[in-house]
Amino acid sequence: MGRLSDLYHSAVGKKALMAVSGIVLFGFVLVHMAGNLKLYQGAEKLNAYAAWLRQIGVPLLPETGALWVARLVLLAAVGIHIVAAYQLTRLNQRARPVGYRDRSAVQATYASRTMRWGGVIILLFVVYHLLHLTWGTVHPDFVHPEVVAGGETEYDVFHNVVTGFRVWWVSGFYIVAQLALGLHLYHGLWSLFQSLGLPNQSAQPWRRRVAAVFALVVTVGNVSFPISVLGGWVG
Amino acid sequence: MRLTLEIWRQEAPDEAGRFVTYEMEDVSPHMSFLEMLDVLNERLVDEGEKPVAFEHDCREGICGSCGMLINGKAHGPMRATATCQLHMRHFSDGDHLIIEPWRSAAFPVIKDLVVDRAPFDHIVQSGGYVSVNTGSAPDANTIPIGKERADRAMDAAECIGCGACVAQCPNGAAQLFTAAKVAHLASLPQGQPERYRRVAEMVETMERYFGSCTNYGECEAVCPKEISIDFIADMNRDYLKSKLRGGESG
Amino acid sequence: MTLEARVPDGPLAEKWQRHRDRLKLVNPANKRRFDVIVVGSGLAGGSAAATLAELGYRVQCFCFHDSARRAHSIAAQGGINAAKNYQNDGDSVWRLFYDTIKGGDFRSREANVHRLAEVSMAIIDQCVAQGVPFAREYGGTLANRSFGGAQVSRTFYARGQTGQQLLLGAYQALSRQIELGRVTMYPRTEMLDLVVSDGRARGIVTRNLRTGAIETHTADAVVLATGGYSNVFFLSTNAKGCNVTAIWRAYRRGAYFANPCFTQIHPTCIPQSGDYQSKLTLMSESLRNDGRIWVPESADDERPPGDVPKEDRDYYLERKYPAFGNLVPRDIASRAAKEVCDEGRGVGPGGRGVYLDFADAIQRLGRDTIADRYGNLFEMYERITGEDPYEVPMRIYPAPHYTMGGLWVDYDLMSTIPGLFVIGEANFSDHGANRLGASALMQGLADGYFVLPYTIGDYLAQHMGEEPLATDHPAVRETVAEVEKRIGVLLAADGDRTVDSFHRELGALCWEYCGMSRSASGLRKALEEIPALREEYWQRVNVPGSAEELNQALEKAGRVADFFELAELMCRDALDRGESCGTHFREEHQTEKGEALRNDEEYTYVSAWEFQGDEAEPELHREPLEFEAVSPSQRSYE
Ligand SMILES: Cc1cc2nc3c(=O)[nH]c(=O)nc-3n(C[C@H](O)[C@H](O)[C@H](O)COP(=O)(O)OP(=O)(O)OC[C@H]3O[C@@H](n4cnc5c(N)ncnc54)[C@H](O)[C@@H]3O)c2cc1C
Ligand code: HEM
Ligand code: HEM
Ligand code: SF4
Ligand code: F3S
Ligand code: FES
Repeated sequence: MGRLSDLYHSAVGKKALMAVSGIVLFGFVLVHMAGNLKLYQGAEKLNAYAAWLRQIGVPLLPETGALWVARLVLLAAVGIHIVAAYQLTRLNQRARPVGYRDRSAVQATYASRTMRWGGVIILLFVVYHLLHLTWGTVHPDFVHPEVVAGGETEYDVFHNVVTGFRVWWVSGFYIVAQLALGLHLYHGLWSLFQSLGLPNQSAQPWRRRVAAVFALVVTVGNVSFPISVLGGWVG
Repeated sequence: MRLTLEIWRQEAPDEAGRFVTYEMEDVSPHMSFLEMLDVLNERLVDEGEKPVAFEHDCREGICGSCGMLINGKAHGPMRATATCQLHMRHFSDGDHLIIEPWRSAAFPVIKDLVVDRAPFDHIVQSGGYVSVNTGSAPDANTIPIGKERADRAMDAAECIGCGACVAQCPNGAAQLFTAAKVAHLASLPQGQPERYRRVAEMVETMERYFGSCTNYGECEAVCPKEISIDFIADMNRDYLKSKLRGGESG
Repeated sequence: MTLEARVPDGPLAEKWQRHRDRLKLVNPANKRRFDVIVVGSGLAGGSAAATLAELGYRVQCFCFHDSARRAHSIAAQGGINAAKNYQNDGDSVWRLFYDTIKGGDFRSREANVHRLAEVSMAIIDQCVAQGVPFAREYGGTLANRSFGGAQVSRTFYARGQTGQQLLLGAYQALSRQIELGRVTMYPRTEMLDLVVSDGRARGIVTRNLRTGAIETHTADAVVLATGGYSNVFFLSTNAKGCNVTAIWRAYRRGAYFANPCFTQIHPTCIPQSGDYQSKLTLMSESLRNDGRIWVPESADDERPPGDVPKEDRDYYLERKYPAFGNLVPRDIASRAAKEVCDEGRGVGPGGRGVYLDFADAIQRLGRDTIADRYGNLFEMYERITGEDPYEVPMRIYPAPHYTMGGLWVDYDLMSTIPGLFVIGEANFSDHGANRLGASALMQGLADGYFVLPYTIGDYLAQHMGEEPLATDHPAVRETVAEVEKRIGVLLAADGDRTVDSFHRELGALCWEYCGMSRSASGLRKALEEIPALREEYWQRVNVPGSAEELNQALEKAGRVADFFELAELMCRDALDRGESCGTHFREEHQTEKGEALRNDEEYTYVSAWEFQGDEAEPELHREPLEFEAVSPSQRSYE
C-alpha cells in the first residue's frame, strides 16, 4: 500500500492509476455492450440475462453477490478515475496559467483535447442512466423486478429499455453520450498504453489502431440500441 | 516582401506586457527569421527604442537557445526546424505574424521573448547522468553496443533543450524533454546500474515544476529534433517499475 | 618577464608521465579548502569544473548562457580524434602527434602536442562511460571516419552532432557535481574582468545578465575556458555570443596573448547570401570525404552546374594535390578556393563560392548511403539555401572558424599571471598555425579532463592555507569600479550608430586585411583604420536601455569594444610574422606554386604579446620553439 500511495503522489503514478481504472471501466463498458446485444435476441433472452447476472456465483456467493463485487470494483475505479482526473486537470491548469493569444492544435486530436469535457458528459450520463434504467426514477413506465412463485425474481429489462428509448430526446441524449464515450475511448485507449509504457517495444503504430477499433465497436454497439428502438426494428 | 509583426513586449518579469505591432518592409526571402528580427532591432535602436530581446546563439539549430511561438506554433510553421533555422521563404508577402514567448509557469518571462528555462537544468541535475568519475573508464570498445541500440540512444540524445515541447503542450508538461534524457541513458548499457533510481529522481524533479502528460502529442509535433513521444511511454514504464519495485535497480 | 614554458625534460614520450610523477599533490582533505573559479562551461570548462569537483575542490562555474549546456562546443559537427587505432590502419600516438604538429605547420610546442595525442584515448573511454552515443558498427564496436590532414580513420563521431553529445556528457558530469553541492553554477553571468592582486589571479568581476548586478567572486585559482574569438570577423561559423572579453580582460591585466593572428578559415561553409547575414554556417568537413570540389574551367561559364560537362570542370584540389585530393588540410583548401574565385571562376551570387558535388558519390554508393552519412547536413543546407544537394551541387566558401591564438600558457596551462589557467580554444597551446579537423574537441577535453586537474594541484599546493581575497579588498574594489565605469561610458555615448553596424565594419576590415591572405601594406592600412573606427565607436555607439536589466545591446557593446582592441593586436601580430605558415598567409611569402612559405630561421617562435597600457604599443615576447622529435619540413600534401 505504501508503494501505491507513493505512486499516487506523482503525476505519472496518477496517470497510471487512471489508466488501470480506465481499463476496468473500459472492460465494463465492453462487456455491458456485448450483454446488451441480447436486446436483439428478444425480451426473453435479455431478461434472462439480467436474471443470470444476479445468479453468478450462487450458491458459493449469495444472490447478487458477484454483482456487488463487480459494482464495488467499478465504483472504486470510477472514484479513482475521477479524482485523479480532477487533480491532474488542476495541476495542468496551474502549470500553464497564461495562454497564448494565438494557438491552434498542431497534431493533438479532437478526442485528446476533449477528454475533460467528455469525461464530465459521461459522468452525467451515468447518473442519468442509473436513474433511468436501473432505479427507474426518471423512467415514466418502469417495470421493477418482481418476485414470482418459486422465489425467482423476474425482470423486464427489455420493456424498460424499449419504452425508455421510444422517447426521442432520451435516445438523443444516449446517442450524444455514446459519441462522447467513443471519443473518450479513442484517445483513452491509446493513451493508456502510453501511460503504462506498454507494450515493451516502443514505436508500435498498432496501438492507435487497437484504440480506434475498440472505441468504434463500443460506440457502434451502444448507439445501435436507441436507433434500433426508434427505427422500430426492436420492440 | 512586407510583413506585419505583432510581438510580445515585456520590460521585466513582474511587469505587464503587451503586443506591439511593427511593419516590416523589404524582407528578403533568403533571410532567416532571426535575421529578420535583427533588421527590426537595428531599426528600433536607430529610432531610439529598445530592441526586442530574444535568445539565440548558434543560429544553426543545435544550442537550443532560440525559441518563440510564431502564429501559435513553437518554432514556427516548419516541422523539425528551430526558430533560427526558419527562413523567410516560407512566408508570403503580406503575412501577419504573432510572436509570443514560451508560456509556462515553470518558464517565467524575463523580458520580451526571453524566458527562464532553469528547471530543465534541475531535472538533469537530479539524475540525468551516469555517475562515473573522470579516469575510471574501461577501454571504450569493451562495451559492445549494437548499432540499432546506439542509434536509438542517439535519437533520444539529440534533444537540444529548447523547451518548445513545454511551450506547446497544453499542460505545460516537460515529459518529452525528460523522457529524451531518460531514454538516452536507459538505452545504453552504461546507463543500466542507475536506471531506475535515475528515472524516479528525474520524474519527481520534473513534476515539481511542470504539468502532467495527457498524451496530446503536441510536443512531438513541434520538437525541432522530432523526438518521439514513444520515449514518454518508455519513461513511464521505467518510472512505474521503479516505484513498484521500491526504487531498486534492476 | 621571461617566458618559461616549463616543459619537463626527458624523452618526448615520457615527459607527461614524468611530470605527473613530480607534480605536487593536494591531499583530499585539503582539496575541500580550495576554491576554484572556472569561467566557461564548454567542453573545456565543463569537463574541468566537473573533474575538479570530483577531486574535491570547491568549484564555481560561470557561463553567459542561460544553461551550461549551450556553450558553443555544442555546435561541433564532425568528430573527435583519438589514436585508438581501432581500424588497424596503422594509427598510433606518434602519428596523431605528427599529423597534428605538421598540420599546425610546425608552430606548436612538441611536448604539448604529444601529451594531447597521449591522452586522446582516455577521452574516448571517458565519454563512452558517460553514455556518449558514438556511432557504432553493426558488430557493436565504435565506428570511425577520416578527416582532413590525416591518412588514417581516427575520428569518432555521433552523427553530425559530435560536439553536442560530448558537451552533453560533460554537462551531465557537471550537473552531477552541482547536485552534490560541489559546483556552484552561475549561468547568465558574464565575466567582465579579472582580479589580480600581488601579481596573482584571485578572482573575477561579473555582470549578472538578468539583473545587471555587478558581482565579485574570489578564489584560489581562476580557470578561463571561454572559447574562441572568430567573431571578431562579425561573420564566422561561431555562435553569436562567442567573444574575446574574458581573455582580453586578462590580457589587459598582464596575461600574454599568443599568436593572435592565427585564425582558421574553414573551407566548407555556406556562402553569404545578403548583407543582413548574421553568421555563416559550417558544413562539416567530413563532406569532403565523398564530395568533390570543382569550379568551371573558364571564368565565363554561366551554365548551371549539371550542364557543365566533366571536361569543362576543374577539380582543382584533386589536380593540385593528388595524394590528399579533396582531403587536404583546411588552410590549403580555403586558400585554393579563394584563388579560383579571385580568378573569376567562383560560382553563385557574387562569384564567391565553389561546388561541392556529390553526384559521383551518389552514383557510386547510392543515395541511401549518402543520406545515411550526411542526411542531416544535407537537410541543413537545404533549409538555409532552399537548394537540394542531392540534385544540385552544394556551394561552399571559406569562413572564419577557429582561433588557434589565445592566451599564452606554459606546459601546465598556466598563463603568465600565476593562478590564471587557460584551457580549450581560449589558450594557444596545441594547434600551432593551423588546427586539424576533429582536434579542438580533443584538446578541450584533454585540457579539462586530463591535464588541468593535475597541473592546477601543483599551483594550489604552493598556496596552502591562504584565504581567498576578501570581496572588499582594494584590488577587488578597484576592478569593480573600472568595470562599472566602462559600462557607464558605453551607455552614455548615446550616439547614432548601432553596435552591429560597427561590428560589421570592423569584421569587414579584418576579413579584408587579416583574413585568408595578408600583406604588409594591407596590415599597415588596417592598423590605421581600426583605431580610427574604434575612436568613432566610443563616440557614436548607441546602446539603448540601462545597466540594471537584461540588456543584450549592452552585452554586445562590451564585447565589440574588446574586439576592436583585439583586431589591432591581430594585425600587429600578422605584420610581425614575416612568413607564411598554416593559416597565416603573407602574400610576400609564397612558393612558386603559391603555397605558404615558412621562414624557420627567423620565425620558429610563439609570439606572446604583453599589454603596456592603452597609449603604448604592446611588447612582443618570443617563445622559441624547439623541435627534437620532428624536423620541420615544407608541408606537402601533393
Ligand atoms: C560550427 C563549428 C563546428 C566545429 N566542429 C568541430 C569538430 O567537428 N571537431 C572539433 O574538434 N572541433 C570543432 N569545432 C571547434 C570546437 O567546437 C571548439 O573549438 C571547441 O568546442 C571550443 O570549446 P571551449 O570549451 O574552449 O569553448 P566553448 O565551447 O566556446 O565554451 C565557452 C564557454 O565560455 C563561456 N563564456 C565565454 N565568455 C564568457 C564570459 N566573458 N563570461 C562568462 N562565460 C563566458 C560560454 O558561456 C561558454 O560556456 C567546431 C567549431 C565550430 C564553430
Ligand atoms: C466518469 C467520468 C469520467 C471522467 C471525468 C473522465 C476523465 C478522464 C480524463 C480527464 C482523462 C485524461 C486524463 C489525463 O490524461 O490527464 C481520462 C482518461 C481515460 N479515461 Fe476517463 N473519464 C471518465 C470516465 C471514463 C470511463 C467511463 C471510461 C471507460 C469506459 C474512461 C476511460 C478512460 C481511459 C482508458 C483513459 C486513458 C487513461 C490514460 O491516459 O492513461 N473514462 N478520463
Ligand atoms: C445505449 C447503451 C446502453 C444501454 C442500452 C444500457 C442498458 C442498461 C440496462 C438495461 C441496465 C440495467 C441492467 C439491469 O439492471 O440488469 C444498465 C445498467 C447499467 N449501465 Fe448501462 N446501458 C448502456 C450504456 C451504458 C454505458 C455507456 C455505461 C457506462 C459508461 C453504462 C453503465 C451502466 C451501469 C453502471 C449500470 C448499473 C449496473 C448495475 O446494476 O450495477 N451503461 N444499462
Ligand atoms: S524534446 Fe524537443 S522540443 Fe523538447 S526540449 Fe528537447 S528538442 Fe526541444
Ligand atoms: S504535448 Fe503535452 S500532454 Fe504529453 S504528449 Fe506532449 S507532453
Ligand atoms: S540559436 Fe541555437 S538552436 Fe537556435
